[in-house]
Amino acid sequence: MAWLDRTARGLFMTELVKGFALTFSYMFKPRVTLNYPYERSPLSPRFRGEHALRRYPNGEERCIACKLCEAVCPALAITIEAEPREDGSRRTTRYDIDMTKCIYCGLCQEACPVDAIVEGPNIEFATETREELFYNKEKLLANGDRWEPLLAANIAADAPYR
Amino acid sequence: MADFLALHLGLPLTWATLVAIILKILVITVPLLIAMAMMTYMERKVLAAIQLRQGPILVGPFGLLQPFADGLKLMTKETIIPAGANRAVFLVAPMITFILALVAWAVIPFGEGLVLSDINVGVLYLFAISSLGVYGIIMSGWASNSKYAFLGGLRSAAQMVSYEVSIGFVIITVLLCVGSLNLSDIVRAQTHLWFCIPLFPMFVVFFISALAETNRAPFDLPEGESELVGGFHTEYSAMTFALFFLGEYISMLLMSGMTSILFLGGWQPFPLLGFIPGPLNLIIKICLLMFVFIWVRGTLPRYRYDQLMRLGWKVFLPFSLVWVILTSGFLVYFDKLPH
Repeated sequence: MAWLDRTARGLFMTELVKGFALTFSYMFKPRVTLNYPYERSPLSPRFRGEHALRRYPNGEERCIACKLCEAVCPALAITIEAEPREDGSRRTTRYDIDMTKCIYCGLCQEACPVDAIVEGPNIEFATETREELFYNKEKLLANGDRWEPLLAANIAADAPYR
Repeated sequence: MADFLALHLGLPLTWATLVAIILKILVITVPLLIAMAMMTYMERKVLAAIQLRQGPILVGPFGLLQPFADGLKLMTKETIIPAGANRAVFLVAPMITFILALVAWAVIPFGEGLVLSDINVGVLYLFAISSLGVYGIIMSGWASNSKYAFLGGLRSAAQMVSYEVSIGFVIITVLLCVGSLNLSDIVRAQTHLWFCIPLFPMFVVFFISALAETNRAPFDLPEGESELVGGFHTEYSAMTFALFFLGEYISMLLMSGMTSILFLGGWQPFPLLGFIPGPLNLIIKICLLMFVFIWVRGTLPRYRYDQLMRLGWKVFLPFSLVWVILTSGFLVYFDKLPH
């Protein structure tokens, strides 16, 4: 009987028919495509994108050159040099992130005691040359100024869970 | 038409005949090429739909102009001829594929009397042309001087020859029922009953063999990208590649046309839909079959080469042979042979 069953299935091509019915039914299902530049999927407040150095509302930069981020960075992407400013406060003279080394783990953000270095929601920072991906302090501060409203909102949204 | 031209344009009759023939050829080939372009669009759209994607949407409304954009791209690119290639054969091969695919349409009847050349051995002609198609492929495989192209060409040749045998037997069963090799006669014989009903198994065998004959999925081993890069057209670029592409799609259209003429009643109207004019019926049937071609591609995985050969020689060949004998026995016993 098993032989008959198998032969009948083969002869009437039941598996083929089932497969064709399945692909045909898929033609009427809704598409899963997201037209990316025009549509975007939502990003979590914890999303780790492009880095930024934030400032206090009075314009003073947050970073106090504690170098915790440099120490914790597993990819050794961060380089910091620091010395006291004229007014005596300790600030960085150099804050570089090599974005080609960065693995976007977010440990710098976790290590920072003053919420200065953060990873923002920006994912569109592709460049035409490699050199453009070696971010310096100016670029990072500019990023911070550009994304500050979103960065602040994201930190506020995540605060209850910390 | 020639008389009309001679009368109204004042051309000598021989010239008028020539112009009339060229016009007729253009009336067939230009829509054919446009149909081929739309076929690639349809293929991408249907495959996308099966895979829950969108397919082309950006060029023109619904991406309808995408094939023309692709064509323009291929035309403006550089034709690269490999250093080790045999130049003449390398360039002639795609032309052969393309020309043979187009030439076959000369005998396809689009309606009662609407045929470029109503020869009385139409089926034989079609069969011969589709067999010649293998030359373009094997020449390209050899002339490219590349192992991938060479293996692809060999596979393709073996595959097309194998499946032509069973296609031959399927055609013989149809001919037994009609008693004529003329394609218009074959269509006329199906006025009351399309052959796909009494000869249903042969219809299935023919369609599957047509898939193999045109190197389509699931029998697209000659261009199996997983092991042969691009198969016989690995080394081709720009217009030489486009000619292969055109040839492949036009021969798909041709095989669909042949299937509709042999089994689906050609220009005969659909049941209950008698108001549709003749040529449109054939076009609708070809479109439906083309859809099935694409549907098959979206559904079935590729055959292994030994499975392909087993299906061709050990399943289809004996099966179609038995059906030839059964059909002829039936026709003789009940004295239904056409006279």
